[in-house]
Amino acid sequence: MKKVKKNEKKSGGVAGIYMDHAATTPMDKKVIEAMMPFFDVHYGNPSSLHAPGQIAAGVLAGARESIAKHLNAHADEMIFCSGGTESDNLAIMGVVNSVKAELCKKFGKNAVPHIITSAIEHPAVLEPLLKLEYKGLIKLTQIEPASNGIVSVKDVQNAITDQTVLVTIMYANNEIGTIQPIAEIGKAILKYRKQSDSVYPYFHSDACQAAGYLDLNVEKLHVDLLTLNGGKIYGPKGIGLLFVRRGVKIEPQILGGGQERRIRSGTENVPGIAGLAKALDMAQNKREKESARLVKLRDRLMNGLLKIEKSRLNGDEKMRLPNNVNISFMDIEGEAAMLYLDAKGVYCSTGSACASTSLDPSHVILALGMSYEAAHGSLRFTLGQSTTMKDIDYVIKVMPEIVKRLRAISPVSLDMTRF
Amino acid sequence: MKDDNKQKQVDIKPAKNGGASFYSEIVKEHFFHPKNFMEDETGYEADGQGMVGSPACGDVMRVWIKVDRQTKRIKDLKWKTFGCASAIAATSMMSVMVTEGEGMTLEEARVLRPQDITERLHGLPVRKIHCSVLGDKALRSAINDYYRKMGETDKIEIESGRVIDKVLKITDHDIEEAVLDGAVSLEDVQRKTKVGTGDPSCIPEVEQLIRFYREKYFGAE
Repeated sequence: MKKVKKNEKKSGGVAGIYMDHAATTPMDKKVIEAMMPFFDVHYGNPSSLHAPGQIAAGVLAGARESIAKHLNAHADEMIFCSGGTESDNLAIMGVVNSVKAELCKKFGKNAVPHIITSAIEHPAVLEPLLKLEYKGLIKLTQIEPASNGIVSVKDVQNAITDQTVLVTIMYANNEIGTIQPIAEIGKAILKYRKQSDSVYPYFHSDACQAAGYLDLNVEKLHVDLLTLNGGKIYGPKGIGLLFVRRGVKIEPQILGGGQERRIRSGTENVPGIAGLAKALDMAQNKREKESARLVKLRDRLMNGLLKIEKSRLNGDEKMRLPNNVNISFMDIEGEAAMLYLDAKGVYCSTGSACASTSLDPSHVILALGMSYEAAHGSLRFTLGQSTTMKDIDYVIKVMPEIVKRLRAISPVSLDMTRF
Repeated sequence: MKDDNKQKQVDIKPAKNGGASFYSEIVKEHFFHPKNFMEDETGYEADGQGMVGSPACGDVMRVWIKVDRQTKRIKDLKWKTFGCASAIAATSMMSVMVTEGEGMTLEEARVLRPQDITERLHGLPVRKIHCSVLGDKALRSAINDYYRKMGETDKIEIESGRVIDKVLKITDHDIEEAVLDGAVSLEDVQRKTKVGTGDPSCIPEVEQLIRFYREKYFGAE
């Protein structure tokens, strides 16, 4: 391969360029500083009534208020938990388990709650739903997005029945970055509830990828449940949040000391919560400026890589997160390409089956109506605060050689007119 | 908070096989510098060739062989692979194993197992084992092609499966594929194959096969 000077930048403790911010972000130094006192100085348990406990309780309340402000919600609507996955699970299992009795009273003892979701959700949403469906505990409708990766409001609206208890649609997709019309779906659900004089369906949205880029105002989005986490917004891993609107009935999934309004027991992760509050505050305050900066870098990377022949952009060109580029390179396999990039000091990810634990290719790219081939050959580059124009140009420079090299050893040569 | 770029000494050391090197050095060598791959087909006169897989499944391997008709030894093997690092490294290693020394005889090559290749690669991560099992299949297909061309049709061996689910016509090979594709439980296999949904009587046998293939490819649990 042609020699390209390895970038001197450091990422994740090694030389290179980190372009996998959708997987996780580095922590901001200010976030680390905000967390430090709660490890060894103010280490009290917020449930304790003595002074050290009450210092922790005070910080916890402060964090709740700060986050609530960004969501335009009440402090008591913030339920802290261990991360995005737990938050999604809590929303789904919590609603299904709380609604069963009421549903049976209304529709007979064989009634099964109905849930609507999209075909491109994160596994933290899809897996619990598929498990519940497999066990016969829910009926599930998965809405297919259009070929640009965006779910239609009408499709969601049409799928609602009188037994629909929950609609869960992600705010922005983690693989292809497409932004869903959450506010419009929320409005349609509100309208349905009003017309049918019902509190159901509840509306949940996983906003883990959206934070830092999009508006999280729950009144504008009309969501009843919203998932956020720390590890995608320059905050700590292992901390998450479920916004639970006042009045929404949800059954706890973890039982114990009754913390978090009895919805999620367990001693609160005070440093994590302080970190999440600080990270969200910083991310939301600079989101417009940072988004504008990243859109320019994103578009340059997108256009640069799409000059490579037999490449395709996955997801809508405009309605996508400012930091997401997802492209399929035909005739090559994504994991191989990802590892050749890794050797060049560029760290990205792939929707190839070979890189996943399930060994299935990306369900998201397949749901766009793209072929299996395209899913296997997809690469995701997600930019972040450290990304510079120089980084973008480096990737644009090394990528064509890698694609050429892997195509040389590939027996596949697809006819692009089929795609 | 001081210089964050300096590698800090941490108390918790990475585990030996804990990710720092997902692939062995030898896998990386074959992946980044593949041996014997077919650079240009034009003018290459193969005595047999075979292809398995499909880009839809994520792996395609194509193999060309040249055979010494007297000794029945494989003198040359060229390949092309669409697949991940394991797939590329496994085909590359296979090409080395088949042609090293005076070359394997066709009968030796026919019984080459994916496990033999994996061993020479100093192992593959458990969930990548399935990527290495197509190379030997492509090779067997090329060997059959050679016999077909020579008119020695009695030597052609076709692999076929045993039907387990009589309704959906699912064979033990389908179950094997599902396990190689990462299925661990009956539920996983059903998601991939729908086995037993029309013929529940076969489920105990399916469960047994899952255990068998899990053990065969991934070792005892």
